[in-house]
Amino acid sequence: MIDPRSHDSVHRSFHNHLQELNTIPEIPKEEFILKCTSACAGCSDSLALRYVLKAAGPDTVLVVPACCTSVIQGIYPNTAFNVPVYNIAFASAAACASGMSNAFRAAGKKTNVIAYAGDGGTLDIGIQAMSGAFERGTDFLYICYDNEAYGNTGMQRSGGTPLGARTTTTPTGKTDNKKDIDAIIAAHDPPYQATACAAYPQDLFKKVAKALTFRGPTFIHILAPCPPGWRYSTEKSVEMGKLAVKSGMWVLYEREYGKLTIGAQSKAAIKKPIPLEDYLAPQGRFKGIDPKTVEILKQRIAKNLAKLTAEEAAP
Amino acid sequence: MKKISTGNKAVAEAVKQLVPAVVAAYPITPQTEIVEQIAEFVSSGELKSRYIAVESEHSAMAACIGASITGVRTFTATSSHGLLYMHEMTNWAAGARLPIVMANVNRSLGPGWNIWAEHTDALQERDTGWLQVYVSTVQEAYDATIMAFRIAEHNDVLLPVMVNLDGFLLSHIMQPLDTVDVGDFVPPIHLPHAIDVKNPTGYGGLTGPDQQFKFRWDIERSIRDSVKFIEATEKEFAKRFGRKYGFTEDYQCTDADVIIVAMGTLGKEAEVAVDLLRKEGIRAGSMRLRWLRPFPKLDLKGKQVVVIDRDYSFGRGGILATEIMAQTKEDVFSVIAGLGGQEVTYEDVAGFVRKRRMGEEFWFGVNTNV
Repeated sequence: MIDPRSHDSVHRSFHNHLQELNTIPEIPKEEFILKCTSACAGCSDSLALRYVLKAAGPDTVLVVPACCTSVIQGIYPNTAFNVPVYNIAFASAAACASGMSNAFRAAGKKTNVIAYAGDGGTLDIGIQAMSGAFERGTDFLYICYDNEAYGNTGMQRSGGTPLGARTTTTPTGKTDNKKDIDAIIAAHDPPYQATACAAYPQDLFKKVAKALTFRGPTFIHILAPCPPGWRYSTEKSVEMGKLAVKSGMWVLYEREYGKLTIGAQSKAAIKKPIPLEDYLAPQGRFKGIDPKTVEILKQRIAKNLAKLTAEEAAP
Repeated sequence: MKKISTGNKAVAEAVKQLVPAVVAAYPITPQTEIVEQIAEFVSSGELKSRYIAVESEHSAMAACIGASITGVRTFTATSSHGLLYMHEMTNWAAGARLPIVMANVNRSLGPGWNIWAEHTDALQERDTGWLQVYVSTVQEAYDATIMAFRIAEHNDVLLPVMVNLDGFLLSHIMQPLDTVDVGDFVPPIHLPHAIDVKNPTGYGGLTGPDQQFKFRWDIERSIRDSVKFIEATEKEFAKRFGRKYGFTEDYQCTDADVIIVAMGTLGKEAEVAVDLLRKEGIRAGSMRLRWLRPFPKLDLKGKQVVVIDRDYSFGRGGILATEIMAQTKEDVFSVIAGLGGQEVTYEDVAGFVRKRRMGEEFWFGVNTNV
């Protein structure tokens, strides 16, 4: 197997480049998501993907399993995406991308292969193929955009649904915790993994651009607030993402060759978090949530933040 | 070059000569030797392919799909439960019009765990849009694999091809194998709908009811068109390499009163049974069905037909017998034999013919009155 670190130099020069850009990256004007998508109003997946593709550029293929993005791209014979999109069955995004990446590399092509899947296609039905592709050192970027339920089919519970959230299959609130897919990915020891949020597109842009400089499997987990699923009004998607980060419910970080760096926004939230209730209250999915459940959520947040803080501080 | 080989190694040998860019496969008995042999060729540098050791058959087919759509040659091999596990993706491969070639080593389905020959695995894939050929010797496994690439990749076909060989009875049997210099018999692959980042295209997205049926019809049209191309390929193969193949392999059929129809190694047993029966004065013939999809027009007019199925569709009947009865008005005696690797000798096959009861179904080893 090729040592991903052999590309360190490429990666470092890109890193310097990002530092030169200071905190605001030069985001290309070119659009790869054209008008006339069939996304819901206020869809933050579309917002996230817009920046993903701006960072990836035109020499990119998206591999998309069944998910909201299968719908958003439009209806045959039209497509709203200006990069090739290969749609594939639900469980097989990572496996399909694995074959594609190998074929491109065998032909000497550097084309970015990005598997772009929802939480269902990643945490649930697609986890086996994804684990296999990471274990095999596949040269690709896997992005999970997480709206915390099966949005495409009308908001059924997924492994990504948080404790206490109502979905159409957990009408009184989910009784199980959200699956920690990031820890599962970390166990595969990829050269790069990160979390991001659609409400922070510059941060997302930088992380995608960085991920694509590594050889080997990389992973980005994007929180993607969903107005119809989370039951808030459509203009509040960015606000909702920011509340998730500020409350500590969602943590922005990167793990590069195993070394964790917590993002500035999340560091601020760790120091001085907003009350979790400020995040839960505007969302219909948490309406009537049991105070005991809120308490458990708070304890889990505290535990997670302590764990991440300790990991970052470790030599 | 003449050598001795197992069926599995013969398939691997053919794959080595056709150099797929990507082989994605998962081991399963009795196919394993194919992928081990290919992995060996790749690691020794004899075969310049990328071998992806996927974590499941579902992923094997998905990886072949992902590779194939970039415009390169791909191959995989499986058997039994592996084939069924990839069923969702076999449909996808055909629907996406990808010329993937797969060897399937026919094996029974559980429970219980039975690793022996049966055709029910591949026959459960008959409605997917894959072309299916069934072979009866080690040599034929090799020849059919070479031809499969040429047929699948032809731009008037562009459908995946499954080469079926009987588990153990062929996969692990040593027989003579005459390898050939393939040369330009299989031209370089050119996939007209390959991914091109300079011409971004959406593949397999939302498709409405006013469009989907057109894609379905297009598969059917191509599979019908494939008939003449299969014939042309087999003719060209015979011309170049001297071995003749067809949709069926007919033995002593012309003057026969009764014809045995079977697939795979049972079809070879049937030829020996024919010789035996002819000595007894029974004018028998054997028509070994090679291509199940596209299903050929069989010339059975005026004959009694004994169909041997190494498979079954519960609640309906032997799958081959059902297909044949749908096509011909001739009387059929349907024999179900060899399930789960049950031993069926040419003596047994001769017995089916001697004691045939037209219009009836007979389970060998279960019904004792024949």
